[in-house]
Amino acid sequence: MTTDATNPAIPNGQRTLGKVRPHQTQNESLVFEKSSPGKRAYKLPPLDVPAVDPAVLLGSEHRKVAGLLPELSEIEIIRHFTRLSTWNYAIDLGMYPLGSCTMKYNPRVNEFVSRIEGLAEAHPYRPDSLSQGVLEIIDLLQRCLIDITGMDTITLQPAAGAHGEFTGILLVRAWHESQGNPRRKILIPDSAHGTNPATAAICGYQVENLKSNAEGGIDLDALTRQVDEETAALMLTNPSTIGVFESQIHKIADILHAKGALLYMDGANMNALVGKARPGDFGVDVMHLNLHKTFSTPHGGGGPGSGPVACKAFLEPFLPTPVLTRDKDSAKHHWNYDRPQSVGRVRAFYGNTGMFIRALAYILANGPDGLRQTTEDAVLNANYIRSKLEDLYDLPYKTASMHEVVFSDKRQAAKGVKTGDIAKRLIDYGFHPYTVSFPLIVHGALMIEPTESESLEELDLFIAAMRSIAKEVEETPELVKTAPHSTRVSRLDEVQAARKPILRWKPETPAMIVHAGPHGSHDAMENLPTV
Amino acid sequence: MRYLPKSPAERKQMLAEIGARSIDSLFEVIPAEYRLDRDLDVPRQQAESEIIDYFRAAAAKNSTGYASFLGAGAYSHYRPVIIDTLVQRGEFLTSYTPYQPEITQGTLQAIFEFQTMIAELTGMDVANASMYDGSTGAAEAVMMAVRVTGRHKAVVARTVHPEYREVLATYAKHQGLPSTLAGYDQETGRVDLAALDAQITSETAAVLVQSPNFFGVIEDIPAIAAIAHAKGALLIVSIAEAVSLGVVRPPIEADIVSMEAQSFGVALSYGGPYCGVIAAKEKYLRQMPGRLVGQTFDSNGYRGFVLTLSTREQHIRREKATSNICTNQALVALMATIFLTVYGKEGIRELAEHNLAKAAFAAEALAAQPGAKLLFTGAPRFHEFVLSTVEEPSQWSPRLLDEKIIGGLELSRWYPELENATLWCATELITRAHIDTAAKVLAAGLVEA
Repeated sequence: MTTDATNPAIPNGQRTLGKVRPHQTQNESLVFEKSSPGKRAYKLPPLDVPAVDPAVLLGSEHRKVAGLLPELSEIEIIRHFTRLSTWNYAIDLGMYPLGSCTMKYNPRVNEFVSRIEGLAEAHPYRPDSLSQGVLEIIDLLQRCLIDITGMDTITLQPAAGAHGEFTGILLVRAWHESQGNPRRKILIPDSAHGTNPATAAICGYQVENLKSNAEGGIDLDALTRQVDEETAALMLTNPSTIGVFESQIHKIADILHAKGALLYMDGANMNALVGKARPGDFGVDVMHLNLHKTFSTPHGGGGPGSGPVACKAFLEPFLPTPVLTRDKDSAKHHWNYDRPQSVGRVRAFYGNTGMFIRALAYILANGPDGLRQTTEDAVLNANYIRSKLEDLYDLPYKTASMHEVVFSDKRQAAKGVKTGDIAKRLIDYGFHPYTVSFPLIVHGALMIEPTESESLEELDLFIAAMRSIAKEVEETPELVKTAPHSTRVSRLDEVQAARKPILRWKPETPAMIVHAGPHGSHDAMENLPTV
Repeated sequence: MRYLPKSPAERKQMLAEIGARSIDSLFEVIPAEYRLDRDLDVPRQQAESEIIDYFRAAAAKNSTGYASFLGAGAYSHYRPVIIDTLVQRGEFLTSYTPYQPEITQGTLQAIFEFQTMIAELTGMDVANASMYDGSTGAAEAVMMAVRVTGRHKAVVARTVHPEYREVLATYAKHQGLPSTLAGYDQETGRVDLAALDAQITSETAAVLVQSPNFFGVIEDIPAIAAIAHAKGALLIVSIAEAVSLGVVRPPIEADIVSMEAQSFGVALSYGGPYCGVIAAKEKYLRQMPGRLVGQTFDSNGYRGFVLTLSTREQHIRREKATSNICTNQALVALMATIFLTVYGKEGIRELAEHNLAKAAFAAEALAAQPGAKLLFTGAPRFHEFVLSTVEEPSQWSPRLLDEKIIGGLELSRWYPELENATLWCATELITRAHIDTAAKVLAAGLVEA
């Protein structure tokens, strides 16, 4: 590992560590603190109709006191948000191995095509006759996703993964109701994402926990015992959150189906399967996809996402309204609202169309060969990391890994260093941390998902960083426990943030906030130079 | 494949170092009968130029170049260029939820600014980091009111966006949360206060209204709040047209505001992605869904921002969470933040006043045509109005399309009693020429009829 950490000739603040060396970032205060009255960043065209007096038109509904929005010029706005952006880590800067999040490259052609005028400016209520282009895009994406999942039909309406789960479980519920009994409970493995139990609860189901077996997978005996006539479905993530394929998947489906229960698949980990195996072929009845994970639409700092739900034909009557239909004679597409058995709408309009465009651009860029190669590379990368780190980090489940690998901090914790500390130290080496302390079945989990987007060079740098940290844990554990050491801000006081929440700026807040930290008093108003 | 950064030799080398015979050996854990042994049935791999050609052709089929009087929850406003310049910076675009605050201060501070702007505009104490959209936000707001009050019924104005009401019905159905509809006053288009009062009981958790409502009419929020609060129910105000807040008095009497912020610089994009947001009185904070960013300090005393109060959320609370929401609309919230910074305190007012003027002129011009009249004139409006025509919309609509104008939206789809009534919206992008042409087309048909 390249390191100048011990070279006394180089000043402390300029040393290289692995692939990074510190560089300047600009200070920038809140946009409200930069405002001064009378500055403008806009100009409206002259009004071509008579001006109106809002006080007269609106009467008591007229807003007399304006909201305290900032007043700045355009260059200041560009600098403000550009400076803020430089404080973020991003896929564009390097490996972002957040397990379960599939932080892959976000192709720029996706952004380009989503902004083409006829698509970006299409109003959702324009007549279907003027919307055939966007309807064709939606139709093609639907057909691609149906083949990728091996399901029979699909809705693109859900706005994100958790929203897709909600929609999928509603389909399950509607089907059971049509059979005479909505049933009472949903089984959820203890390794599941938190959205799964939260979703089941919102859909009116009791959540019953399913304990994982020694391999971290579904315990068939426990499943057999727990599935009964009141079980609506099992919500299964496959590959599981420890990155392992449920090799007994067909038996899982059989056990459920024998009792009339359905198999729901959380498709968060679909990046391990595309082009190699299809959930519809291995017994899944209904599943969601995350276009912002598997299909490369950008995460954007937390959204927007898109969570299509694919299902078998027997669930088709229950899909949210409207459903896209193609007229056989005219070959024209239209929205069909006449769906008496539908679960109803889950979102206004048709879903996050801008994300559909990006996902389809990704599928077109790959083709069948590219999609398959993508999956293979994602699995290859995870296994490569596993093989290069398993001598230093505890691997609680030895089962074969697919797209991600989950270690535990067992060996490092013996030295008082936890997974969260190792994650913070990774930042100093120029990487975004992996997912920390999840899944819950692994104590002190390090959940690493490299995705296919990492080159051998970047993987080797990551591995070197992880190995170097493991060494630091042995030799200088305090260095790891107090990391990161190279960021604009050090560890933040989350307890104080939650105890007395400050969730907005207020004008009465003094312009200069002085806070006594453990290292003395600092000027926290960062736009002012400290002498 | 051009997105994959590996040479064939590197793949071989990696397999050798892992000790795997072949790439397929890594997939042997999948039972053989479930391994796909054919190509996926998707179009062949395309060059970048082909992808652009495909989407350009689709966009052209979408019939561009129309002026549009459509609103109804999706609004056409000018989007300043720097919005796309800034949100396409990779550091914003390709970053994830800011769970690691030391390396995501950019996203965190921008969200803190968003929360502040939304609270300022809506007159609420606090706002969250965003919801999927206005429709799901309204449903989540009702569920929040249920948690706050411990009551399990809702009263919803029929003047709330029909698709928002449908979404609420889907969410409420399985939670033992029945809701009833309160009708509207024929003269004003506002929710019928007497009907509303009659439906609220000691079991009502929330009253949900929209303002400006689906007919473009501004509801009497102080009066509705008094009625709701008298019986211990919370008032939720849904705002579908955020630009209205530049000139319309904010619903400060509300307990919760659920807003669609699409109007703040977000492309129409055939219905999404948009940007919902929930704002509320501070005392209800612990029952809010979604992410929140709070201010704090680092160990050196520097100001910084973190995700906070996450014990409300699904990744901590699982089935006891306030919502199952995880991914939100962060990048779209950033668009709104930039938009509000560009227009600022004066610009948002001036923009809203332009909308008010365009709609006032358009309403008068169209209603002046023979056989046409405005409905709901008894209360103030923002930039939408309901026009009733003697001639059926299916008659005049194609004539308007011939002039490259998309006219108002037929309301009978959701309000069968409003036959031949259409909802028109005139934002700052509608020109006097568009209005004059539309008026002429309407007049022509009416004369012929």
